[in-house]
Amino acid sequence: MMNEAYNLEYKSLKKEGDSEIMILNMGPQHPSTHGVLRLELKVNGEIIEEVIPHIGYLHRCFEKHAEACNYQQVIPYVDRMDYLSSMYNDFGYAIAVEKLLGIEIPERVEYIRIIMGEFQRIASHLVAIGTFGLDVGSFTPFLYCFRDREKILTLFEKTCGARLLYNYIWPGGVSHDLYPEFKNDALNFLKEFKRNLKDLEILLVENKIFIERTAGIGVLSENIAINYAASGPMIRGSGIPYDIRKIEPYGIYDRFEFNIPVGEGIMGKKGDCWDRFYVRYLEILESIKIIEQALDSLPDGNVFEKLPKKIKPKKGIVYSRVESPRGELGFFIISDGSDKPFRIKVRAPSFVNLSILPEIAKGCFIADLVAILGSIDIVLGEVDR
Amino acid sequence: MMTLNIAFVSKLLIIPIFFGIFVSLFALFAVYAERKISARVQNRIGPNRVGPYGLLQTIADILKLIQKEAPYPFGSDKIFFNLAPILSFAASFVIFSVLPFNYYLCGLDLNLGLIFIIAIGGFNVISILFAGWSSNNKYSLLGSMRSASQMISYEIPIALIFAAVFIAFNSLNTIDITKAQENYFFNWNIFGGDNHLLKRILIIPFSAISVIILFIAFLAEANRTPFDIPEAESELVAGFHTEYSGIKFSFFFLAEYSNMFIAAALISIIFLGGFSSPFGYIGSLLNSNFIINIEQFFWFTIKSLSIVFLQMMVRWTLPRLRADQLMNLCWKYLIPYSLVAVFYALIISYI
Amino acid sequence: MTIKEIFDLLKNRFENIKIYIEKFEVGEEYIVVSPDVLKQILQEIRNNPRLHFDYLMCISSVDDANGEIKKDENGNKIIKGGTLSLYYHLYSTTRNHKIAIKTSVDRENPAVPTAIDLWKSADWHEREAFDMMGIKFEGHPNLKRILMPYDWNAGFPLRKDFITPEYYNDLKIPY
Repeated sequence: MMNEAYNLEYKSLKKEGDSEIMILNMGPQHPSTHGVLRLELKVNGEIIEEVIPHIGYLHRCFEKHAEACNYQQVIPYVDRMDYLSSMYNDFGYAIAVEKLLGIEIPERVEYIRIIMGEFQRIASHLVAIGTFGLDVGSFTPFLYCFRDREKILTLFEKTCGARLLYNYIWPGGVSHDLYPEFKNDALNFLKEFKRNLKDLEILLVENKIFIERTAGIGVLSENIAINYAASGPMIRGSGIPYDIRKIEPYGIYDRFEFNIPVGEGIMGKKGDCWDRFYVRYLEILESIKIIEQALDSLPDGNVFEKLPKKIKPKKGIVYSRVESPRGELGFFIISDGSDKPFRIKVRAPSFVNLSILPEIAKGCFIADLVAILGSIDIVLGEVDR
Repeated sequence: MMTLNIAFVSKLLIIPIFFGIFVSLFALFAVYAERKISARVQNRIGPNRVGPYGLLQTIADILKLIQKEAPYPFGSDKIFFNLAPILSFAASFVIFSVLPFNYYLCGLDLNLGLIFIIAIGGFNVISILFAGWSSNNKYSLLGSMRSASQMISYEIPIALIFAAVFIAFNSLNTIDITKAQENYFFNWNIFGGDNHLLKRILIIPFSAISVIILFIAFLAEANRTPFDIPEAESELVAGFHTEYSGIKFSFFFLAEYSNMFIAAALISIIFLGGFSSPFGYIGSLLNSNFIINIEQFFWFTIKSLSIVFLQMMVRWTLPRLRADQLMNLCWKYLIPYSLVAVFYALIISYI
Repeated sequence: MTIKEIFDLLKNRFENIKIYIEKFEVGEEYIVVSPDVLKQILQEIRNNPRLHFDYLMCISSVDDANGEIKKDENGNKIIKGGTLSLYYHLYSTTRNHKIAIKTSVDRENPAVPTAIDLWKSADWHEREAFDMMGIKFEGHPNLKRILMPYDWNAGFPLRKDFITPEYYNDLKIPY
């Protein structure tokens, strides 16, 4: 019964006079760092004919839990979905609930949210770049990226007490104000970080072997990207400047000046793995610009004045989206007038980006599949929720 | 030559024992050095708890490996399963007999030293095939065949460069090549060898190309990054030593580090002057052969260890090549360049 | 274009189809259609050059819980009658406008035509809607469970009257 349900055949399939097709399994436990994802590969020699991803190993029923909790009690659950960029999850949820409540939040809170969000974007992209290098075989950039990420996490720890899952951005405000030396610490870190980025550039960006491994591989053309609703660096790597911070600005993003890096096919074809990687690298530089502008004009104020004690929105439906480091994170909340949400649905960017994998991995080698999976940058917590 | 007298018999006994101890100590040292160097490159500290500065870490690892259970995989061919690691290490160890450490410690005075090395290098390939086949594991077999094809392809540039060396430096005997480079470092082959000025200037580019090609080809022979597909973890196919654990696995490991040392030793013998010192021997002032031998041993080890250090740094800096890119590199780039080196050596040898 | 303009355009295009705008006190407004005309409307909003909705952001499935609550033989509350709803959120990359479309199907026999031939991103969203809520999508090539195990046969978890089973394949499910 189990075999039928899983629809697997453990014999080789002859394909009309061609050589045999073998079914291989990249099982839920991986030597690389992607989490519990099972990929079923149909391989002809070394060339992949078909990839079928099987997910659901990390499903924790977030949406069912959220129907039994208050709006404030949901926030720690929301953190744990995309555990590598949990500030942004909080941010997206807070904006959605504030649309339902219809409240205005103080200026200082807006600036703090953007600073924290952009630091989180840098940290998440450092993990993506480091583990991508690790998948391709270079061990050292991984540790350099994590060293800089540790410093960002120390900043977060001094502000709100947690290194990875913060419970920081609440609807209506934030949970703790910035500590007094935050601005100096942040500016010192950014100065040092800009120097360290040069190391990363030599080791990975301009490295000939790395370019050979990633350029021209896993090309995602524009039409397929839009039809599959790719978002984040996936779609920007294919040349489409789709960034929610510019299209539908939330918070006060329209007050800052920053560019949207887009893939141009410098090293191979437009939309290959190297383009997506380079878009992430350039986004780190853009985030540094935003943080410096925000720290410059940070106003004073009381961050706790608009925090509601009890969140009880009126009946309504809202779908709000933010640009998380992995793509478009959407919260669809239905409220029925009580203090518990009637339905929360999360549109997770990694869930949608992972469905593109069968399309772009056809016809590549097994070694390339690892590189393509690393360039999509999935986090299984989001995919399964 | 091979008369059976006391000197010969004593040499026969001392040299293998000496080399055995040297290889074991080198392997211990190399594992520790690799962990420390990789740690410092990656901004970490590395082992520092077991013994002072972590020096006894490798001994702890060996003790752990000795006491491990080493089961045989189901359906494996026990003879070849046991033979593979021993053969791999034995091949590396035999090559040590052709490497001269000083005037006294040279195992064999073969006129065909370099060809002997290529011949014995073939045992490495056979041992990998034995390991993959006798594991009775589809993925081990695939991994070992990939690894074997990699090693066979990269033996060709090595053989061609050795032929070029023979033409340019007039000898395949490792001891003669070393003796021709004695007296001061500008007699080393990488700076032109012991010749008149025109020939020196012509030999320098030849040495430069040959060193680079030889270095890359030896990295591939020893399965080091960027050519370490058999050992890669994030690739799907497992590699030939998956089913090995305990002492048998440590033999493969030992063989890899011995191959690294052999590569470094060969480069330093052919191009960097072998056991000769850059500025004459202190022992010749004191007229003591014993001190000269010690100095030569010291210089040989220092040169080889610096090239081993270079190999380790390359491993922790560069990413890994894909299997077809690797073969591409060998057949389309290294072999044509080594043929160019052979022709160039032919031209030089007439001057 | 605002939602009112899009709604007027669709109303002019399809005269005899029942479609209206719904809006609550807070939040957004969305267009409600019935499931038998859903495919036509979706095709129109993708192909019409003035609308050109080429980016399907999200398909959400909601249990409206608007039937009558009864007790079945074990004393558990189940809902009979009522509807399940689907919300489609779309965006146009060329015209920069977005829209939300809602359909409702019966709880007893929920079936809706699939949108996979219009937007490929509907593939996994529809599988998730089937897995969690039990809505069948006709024409979907691979409608299997995606987040729950493939042989889970104890119901659809996100329904309001879902009761956690005690055992799954001889493993006890704790609390």
